[in-house]
Parts: sequence; structure tokens; C-alpha cells
Amino acid sequence: MTILRNVLFGIVGLFLALPLIIVAGVSVNARQSLTFPPQGFSLGWYGQIFLNMEWRNALIASLVLALSSAALAVLIALPLAWFLWRRYAPWANIFQLLGVAPFTLPPVITALGLLTFWATTGFYGQPWTAVIGHAIFFVTLPLVTISLGFSAIDRSLVEAASTLGGDDRTVFRTVVLPMISPYIVSGYAFAFVLSLNEYIVAYMTVGFTLETLPIKIFNSLRYGYTPTMAAVTILFVATAAIVFSLVARFGDLPKLLGAMTSNEP
Amino acid sequence: MRREAPQTLGDYAPLAFPAIMLIVFFVVPFGTMISVSFFKRQQGGFYTPDFVFDNYIRFLSAFFGGVLSFSLLLAIAVAATCVVLALPFTYLLIRMKRRTQVAWLVALLSILSLSEVIIGFAWSTLFSRTAGITNLFVWLGLMQQAVALTPSIGAVVTGMVYQAFPYTVLVLYPALVRLDPTLSEAARTLGASPVKAFFTVVVPALRDTILATLIMVFIFALGSYLLPQLLGRPQHWTLSVHITDQAIYQSNMPFAAAMAVFLVLVTLALVALTLLVGRQGGASK
Repeated sequence: MTILRNVLFGIVGLFLALPLIIVAGVSVNARQSLTFPPQGFSLGWYGQIFLNMEWRNALIASLVLALSSAALAVLIALPLAWFLWRRYAPWANIFQLLGVAPFTLPPVITALGLLTFWATTGFYGQPWTAVIGHAIFFVTLPLVTISLGFSAIDRSLVEAASTLGGDDRTVFRTVVLPMISPYIVSGYAFAFVLSLNEYIVAYMTVGFTLETLPIKIFNSLRYGYTPTMAAVTILFVATAAIVFSLVARFGDLPKLLGAMTSNEP
Repeated sequence: MRREAPQTLGDYAPLAFPAIMLIVFFVVPFGTMISVSFFKRQQGGFYTPDFVFDNYIRFLSAFFGGVLSFSLLLAIAVAATCVVLALPFTYLLIRMKRRTQVAWLVALLSILSLSEVIIGFAWSTLFSRTAGITNLFVWLGLMQQAVALTPSIGAVVTGMVYQAFPYTVLVLYPALVRLDPTLSEAARTLGASPVKAFFTVVVPALRDTILATLIMVFIFALGSYLLPQLLGRPQHWTLSVHITDQAIYQSNMPFAAAMAVFLVLVTLALVALTLLVGRQGGASK
């Protein structure tokens, strides 16, 4: 069994790593051509992400979009998850279903829905519409993690706090919030990383007015190859790996993943 | 503290913001899309409110019938490959040390979150003539000269399996974690080899989970829109690609919307099927 396991894990590991190894090699190529093994060594293409104005603008656009849309997603998910935990109102579950739906359907549907909506209302192309689009598209992630946080709370603790005279607001601030804050942070982290990488919703709603990094890579691909794309790719994988490692370091990753999918149909 | 039914209007207050956001920016856009699918297209990229079935009739033509069946077959191939690979992988993964397990989960999550653009770019590099894997084969003496492996249907399937594999593992993970470990232990005690125990005890016990996972990965693969463009030829375009193409480049929103509505119907039918499978699985236990 051990040999079998090592063979399977070796093959899967190689399959997952190989494209990234090649791209990492290309990203440190000294010459501006697509060759592997790399000829010479240069970190110049990483510098280009920050020095070249177009790439830097795309990086800033992606970061602002991801930071703000993840925050908005948490602002939508937190009160909803709290309400569903605190109140008995079966019909309110429809909102949970709505929160999970955009993530369950093929992304092109959410993207096209938002495109027709913004075109009809006349806001098509405004940069802030992408923030709302991403927040709605990724609200599933904080909603699922925060709901998991609430379900882990021992209700007798909260009962004790309210018997001692705490109203809903006080109990939430002093007892509930400290217990669910790790789940809020990981929900934010998941939404942030996925928003950073998201392409189609951003492309179909603000693609011509706001160029995020994935859009910039795709547009550049049409006109040929630049090694900066490879550098951005490695930067993105590294960012995702760091964020998820931090979530694993300060939270219970297997537990988060044990619930992440069980809520989905 | 028990859950209490909301008494006053104030009790509903926390629900207000999430409800407004989800209704205004998800339900209304969805409704807009459905109504646009019945609109009439004007020359020059505009459309006027109407109630016509032209867009649906056009979609059901032979060409798009071919696109639809190609999309479905591609998604089936990807889903089947992923589940066949991911099932033994996940089964073995949850038996590993916690640290190793977490490291694999971080790697899988990182790849899952990668944009399709990046996955497409990475694989097109790996399949290219100048920097690709065939250079390695030449160096090893297995091939005469480097060749380009893309665009091809094989490249599309490989890229999509790469994209969907982490998703498959993460869908299977909770189900396998909750699987009673005594099941395979009993089989082992009775003398079955680990491989035999896996195929005769674990796989049948997970039949419903496997079916539900297949459907979920199928829906996930159906959403792929960039990999067929980056790694395949125009005849490898899926329904998602055609929807984007019609909406953005052909400026035919009503037709794009009609195709999207059709895609929603297919997806919802599959979600319903997943729920049905899950319910039957729950009832028989």
C-alpha cells in the first residue's frame, strides 16, 4: 500500500507542480523569449510587475478590488449568518440558498446576469460595479465559514451571558464575536484570494475600463508572450500559498474544508 | 440560548442589508438576463424589449446542438478522469499525518484559486515547442525534436483536469473523513488486501458520494471558458465560450442570454439530481 501510495502521490504531485516549475523557470529567464531551461538568470521580470506602469496599475486594480470585495462579502455574510443562527425563521434560509447559488452555477451565468443588469441600469463599466460583482460571486465563502463558526458555539455560554443581563448587542460583541473571528478572517482570506484570481465576472462587467491582472495577462497573451506573465503567475501562486498557510497556521484547515463543501448541494 | 422567532420589526434589521444586496445584485440581474433572452436584437449591438423566441430557436439549431453535446461530453470526460484519480488520492490523503495533510490541502487550495488565465498560460507554456515538455524528451533521447502539443483536444482535457482535480479532492474530502474507518479495518481483519478492501468495501459504501461528486465536478467543468480558447481550436469551444463570445464580441446579448438560461436549466437539473442522490443515500443508511 505504501509503494502504491507513493507512486500515486508522486504522479499527482508532479502533475500539479510541473506547469508551475516550467513557468517559474521561464520567469527568471534573462532573455525575453519563451525558452526552457532558462538561459541566464534574472529577477527583472518580477521587477517589471512593479516598475512597468501598465502591470503596476493592473496589480493595484486587482488588490483594491480583492480587498474591498472580500470586505463587502463579509459584510453581507456576517449579519445573515448571525440571523440564521440567532432567529428561528425557516423562510430566511432562502437567503442562504441565494448566497450559495452564484458559486454553484457556472460563473459565466453570474457574469452575464450582472452584465445585462449594469447595461440596463446604465452603470456598465463603472469600476465599483466589479466590487459588488465579486462580493456577490464570492459571498458563499465567508457565508459558509462564518456559519460553521456559529454552529461550533456552545449555546449555553451565550445563554449564561444573556442571563447575566447582556442584550443581543453586548453578547455579540463580548462573547460571540471573539469566538467566530477566526472564521471571519478565513472567510475573508478565501474571498480575497479567489477575487484576486477571478477573470470572467471582472472581464464581462469592467474589462474595458478596469484591467485587473488576470485580464491583463489574457490581453497580453493575444499579442504574444512576455516573461512578466510568468512572474505574475508565480507571484499569484505564492500569494495563495502564503494566505492559505496562514489560515492553516491560525485556524483548523481540515475542519474548515470539512464544512466548506457540505453546505453546497 | 435557543433560537427565537423574530418578534418585532427590529429583530429583522440584521437581515436587511444581506437581503437587499442579494436580491438587488443577484436575483434582479438573473431576472434581467432571463428577460433579455426574449428581447429582439437590433442592428449595431442594441436590443429592444419584446417577447420573441427567436434566440431560443436559433440556439436549438444543429450548430449549437453540436456545441452543447461537445460541452457535455467534455465535462463528462473531465469529471470521470478527476473522480478516478481523486478518489484513491483523497482516501490515502486522510490517512496521512496531519502536517502532511495540511500541506497538501494548502497546495490544492492554491491551485484551485488560480485563475483560468494562469492555468491556461502555464499549460500552454508546458505544451509549447520552445519551452515545453518535449524539450525534456529530446534531452532524454526519447524524441528527435521538440514539438508543440497545443492546440489539441488532449491539451484542453489536461488543462481542465488540472483545474478540476483540486476541486474534486475538496468535494470528496468531507465525505471520506466521515466514512467509518472500521469498515475497511473489518475487511482487512477478514484477510482482504488493502487494494481489495478499497474496491470491495470503500467504493461501494461511497457509491452515492461518488455519483454526487461526479455531478458536481461535471457542473464545475461545464463552467470552464478560457481553457478551451487557450489550449484548443475553435471547434473545441464550449457553451461558456460561445456565451462570452456572443455577449462581448458579437454584441448579441439576447442570444447570449438565451444560451445562459439554457445552461442554467441544465445545471439546475443536475443539482436537483445531486440532491436526490444525497437524499436516497441518507434514507438507506
